[in-house]
Amino acid sequence: MASKKIGAVLVVGGGVAGIQASLDLADSGFKVYLIDQGPSIGGVMAQLDKTFPTNDCSMCILSPKLVATGRHPNITILTNTEITGLNGEAGNFEVKLRKKSRYIIEDKCNGCGLCAQKCPIEAVDTFNEGLDNRSAIYVEYPQAVPLKFMIDREKCIGCGTCQEICKANAIEYDQKDSEVALKVGSIILAPGFEPFDARLKSEYGYGRFPNVMTSIEFERILSASGPYGGLVLRLSDGEIPKKIAFIQCVGSRDFQLGNNYCSAACCMYGMKEAVIAKEHTPTKLDAKIFYMDMRSYGKEFDAYYERAQGEWGIQFVRSRVAGVTEDPKTNNLFVHYVEDETPKTEEFDMVVLSIGMQPPKNIETLAKNLGIKLNNYKFCETATFSPMETSKPGIFVCGAFSAPKDIPESVAQASGAAAKAMSVIASERGTQVTAKEYPPERDVSREEPRIGVFVCHCGINIGGVVKVPEVVEYAKTLPNVVYADANVYTCSQDTQKLIREKIQQHKLNRVVVASCTPRTHEPLFKETVQEAGLNPYLFEMTNIRDQCSWVHMHEPEKATEKAKDLVRSIVAKAKLLKPLKKPLINVTPVGLVIGGGVSGMTAALELAKQGFEVHLVEKEKELGGHLRTIRYLLEKDDDPKEELNALIKAVTENDKIHVYLGAEVVDVYGFVGNFKSKIRQQNGRETEIEHGIVIVATGAVEYKPTEYLYGKDPRIVTQHDLEEQIAEGAFKAKNVLMIQCVGARTNERPNCARICCGQAIKNALKIKEISPETEVYILYKDMRAYGFKEDYYREAATQGVMFVNYEDERKPQLANDNGGLKMTFWEPVIKEEIEIEPDLVVLSAATIPNPDNKRVAEMLKVPLTKDGFFLEAHMKLRPVDFATDGVFLCGMAHWPKYIDESIAQACAAAARATTILSKPTLEMEGIVANVNEDLCSGCRICEYLCPYNAIEMKEKDGKPIAHVIEALCKGCGACGTACPTKAIIMGHFTTEEILAQVKAALIEVKT
Amino acid sequence: MNAKTEFEPKIIGFLCNWCSYAGADLAGVSRIQYPSNIRIIRVMCSGRIDPTFILEALKDGADGVLVAGCHLPSDCHYISGNFKTLRRVTLLKKVLQDFGIEPKRVRLEWISASEGDKFAAVVRDMVEEIKKLGPSPLKNMEVKA
Ligand code: FES
Repeated sequence: MASKKIGAVLVVGGGVAGIQASLDLADSGFKVYLIDQGPSIGGVMAQLDKTFPTNDCSMCILSPKLVATGRHPNITILTNTEITGLNGEAGNFEVKLRKKSRYIIEDKCNGCGLCAQKCPIEAVDTFNEGLDNRSAIYVEYPQAVPLKFMIDREKCIGCGTCQEICKANAIEYDQKDSEVALKVGSIILAPGFEPFDARLKSEYGYGRFPNVMTSIEFERILSASGPYGGLVLRLSDGEIPKKIAFIQCVGSRDFQLGNNYCSAACCMYGMKEAVIAKEHTPTKLDAKIFYMDMRSYGKEFDAYYERAQGEWGIQFVRSRVAGVTEDPKTNNLFVHYVEDETPKTEEFDMVVLSIGMQPPKNIETLAKNLGIKLNNYKFCETATFSPMETSKPGIFVCGAFSAPKDIPESVAQASGAAAKAMSVIASERGTQVTAKEYPPERDVSREEPRIGVFVCHCGINIGGVVKVPEVVEYAKTLPNVVYADANVYTCSQDTQKLIREKIQQHKLNRVVVASCTPRTHEPLFKETVQEAGLNPYLFEMTNIRDQCSWVHMHEPEKATEKAKDLVRSIVAKAKLLKPLKKPLINVTPVGLVIGGGVSGMTAALELAKQGFEVHLVEKEKELGGHLRTIRYLLEKDDDPKEELNALIKAVTENDKIHVYLGAEVVDVYGFVGNFKSKIRQQNGRETEIEHGIVIVATGAVEYKPTEYLYGKDPRIVTQHDLEEQIAEGAFKAKNVLMIQCVGARTNERPNCARICCGQAIKNALKIKEISPETEVYILYKDMRAYGFKEDYYREAATQGVMFVNYEDERKPQLANDNGGLKMTFWEPVIKEEIEIEPDLVVLSAATIPNPDNKRVAEMLKVPLTKDGFFLEAHMKLRPVDFATDGVFLCGMAHWPKYIDESIAQACAAAARATTILSKPTLEMEGIVANVNEDLCSGCRICEYLCPYNAIEMKEKDGKPIAHVIEALCKGCGACGTACPTKAIIMGHFTTEEILAQVKAALIEVKT
Repeated sequence: MNAKTEFEPKIIGFLCNWCSYAGADLAGVSRIQYPSNIRIIRVMCSGRIDPTFILEALKDGADGVLVAGCHLPSDCHYISGNFKTLRRVTLLKKVLQDFGIEPKRVRLEWISASEGDKFAAVVRDMVEEIKKLGPSPLKNMEVKA
């Protein structure tokens, strides 16, 4: 009865999570329909200025992903689209969609933006959070994908201006909404979150006082492309503020509002906004953050917190702000709060509210249409051991919709959801996608360069400033140019046809386009020349719009002169272009997973479900790792013992998975697709294996404290020891005292170990459950019960667990007083030293890196953080990738984390690995370095400099010669620059090509 | 010598594809106006920019050279190209000084994809500065040779 499965996936929501899931699926041979309610993808991340903890520019790192999604042959983006109904079951769903009208024919609009310039109507710019205006015909932001305009029909007066000006005839005022039905095998939900409406916290004055703003508005203010060009200005008078207050937890951890959960990202983004505001303000700026607990629990977040306090001088006040009032004359604000039990008031020029995350709008309708369950906060219901599974088989979830979370966790979970979505339809891989076929390549090696130049008017975007016909005539006079002409839109479909025809007609063997930016359009033109039988690298492009007509709008003469220079320069380069081969490398469709804990086992199982063979190597004699020590869960939604046994059973019974126990990987050679490794078992047996990818899942270990008499007295234990005691029925204590941050957030290990707060709350609640009369104290620095864990924190407090805050300056003291334990600590509320005599002291010991990490890192040539955890390729957008292709990481090897987070990462690593293993051969980028062996002196500078280990030394005639491993080379050119004998040739950016370009650009032309 | 018409410096800009070239694009998208004296050459990473490219540009008639890459420490899309550039350009400027060429003619800037305004400001500033310095001595040297 099983209906036929379909190799396509619907992804709902085009934020960073939806984008990542789509790319992973599309790169693994599945068709993706990515839908979004809005006119473009990008989500909230597109609105952000910088991202923590690296202060990377958000748009810089997001926009390559936007472009990749927009151009991917296997992804269809449907914007302004909502789900209206669902039929079928996992593997074969029918989804009904409604696509709202844009009033623009998407196929015709090429995003030139003339319409928006001429549109006489102003509307509120929602992308800039209403701080600015835009026209009634608009794109959300300049880098929007798809770059298709849309008419805001509520504002549009139908004057017809855009219709007149649009040379592409893309305007369609009477366009109707359309209904679409799609067949897909699985569904991923990534609808993101809705920022909290700060008006609901009326005591903070948002909406009443002009200088109180939300954190998202503030992001737009900080953004260089925002309303004030990145300058921090007050809304009331446009003055630069001198003092800003940040109020944390607005709409989060708020029981009265019904939002008891913690929004998990606000502490960090609040801090980041304070730091960036200081950077962006030319005058001295004081920033003060009012917080309850500083929840900087993520990777290297505490180091950022330290720097914020020290280097950047941000002030932190632990207090819940009672209210904000305004001085109506100056529009300055008074922040009222309580510190040290005393009410205080302080004046600020500006107040930023760190607003929390709410479930997406209209989520109940979506949930109803899909038949999935929501939790009590209306986020998606999931469980610890199935963090991506919704209540309906075949429908998965990722990103903030499953629980408030920051970008890297959304990205990891997105890849994880992609793995889950793929495994439902693994048998249908490749059935809904068609590989593109190109004609055989023309051999041009013996031809003289014959260059064709296509100069674009871009409507009037270029032609309105630059005298395009003059540029065309000029191009015709350049050496080797045999054809030149102008086009209205060089990127339009019909011009692609024209380019192909001209290549045939004029026997062109080099093509140059002078138009907009290669960053968005080069791939399109390369494809066009390839369709005409030319090697795609025989194409070059110069930018006479973004970097010429648009920036010299009032100097048509100079702009024309510059355009000619640019054309001459690029033609000089084009003349020297060489065809490049995209290296093809074979892939061994086998995985190697190092580490047999919950992460390693999950990753192995997911790979096996995708149909790949896996070698799983575990150092201990049994599988399970850290999970063996976990006896019950805070959430109580799953039984960890049962789950562990089920997982082990699934792994050992799966005939695609080869398990090696008591074993180590001792040698790894090769590169992506082609690794060879040696596994050594304790009994001395060695196995050589071949594999295409590696997943590192080596886990972490509990710190063995040297503090607080640990090891010297049996009444002093760690949280793990306590958990064991409780689980074995050996717990009897009547007076328990827990100390947080033992071995974490110290000078030696400055970062938070993330999971100890949850462990302490879990064990405290368990104690209260089995022995309600037992007194429990928790001495903490910050209770970092992020996300929904906040509920349990509240519950513990309600049940009488005593939470006492301590500071580093006044650490609790433990002494053995004639056989009795005596704990002395400062009680900040009553301001007194307190002494208690616990019969059990529980140390929340940090989770520290596996001591074996160093060896594994050296073997795989991947980096570690200062703390000794593995360091991923990019902290924000590539959380489970290493910079080295084909090597991935997951679980606690990356950083301490809870089980659900480890599982999400493990599935993510499997999905990322599948993008490689699912292809019989990998086509690499053709722009790689090459070595002229005759010139190489074997000095090894390049080998040392290459950030990707893509250069190895090979013996030739008895001397070492550099050799480029094309599969690893990313084409940055650093080696070519450094080579003292100029033996390295950087493809497509050769020294000759660049110098020719320079020389030609500088030639004086007589006019 | 030259006629008394106002000296218009010629500037070559080597920009990395990922951040600075994108920043220059954004200046365009935002229609931020700047003088037309610069000719941009795109490379994948600032780490590709060989000091000899800069010297050759000066020899070929450029009055100034802008090198722009992704922000330090971690914005470079090839991990550490920007650090390599920092070292190379700093060294080159020292050498230029020794040869009597104003090091200010060569400028190294970190410009992100969202800093269209910064890119425009840098070009404006450079043009001003080089106008004050006058034509590159290296260019004259070549003429005499
Ligand atoms: S990619 Fe911009 S400096 Fe390396």
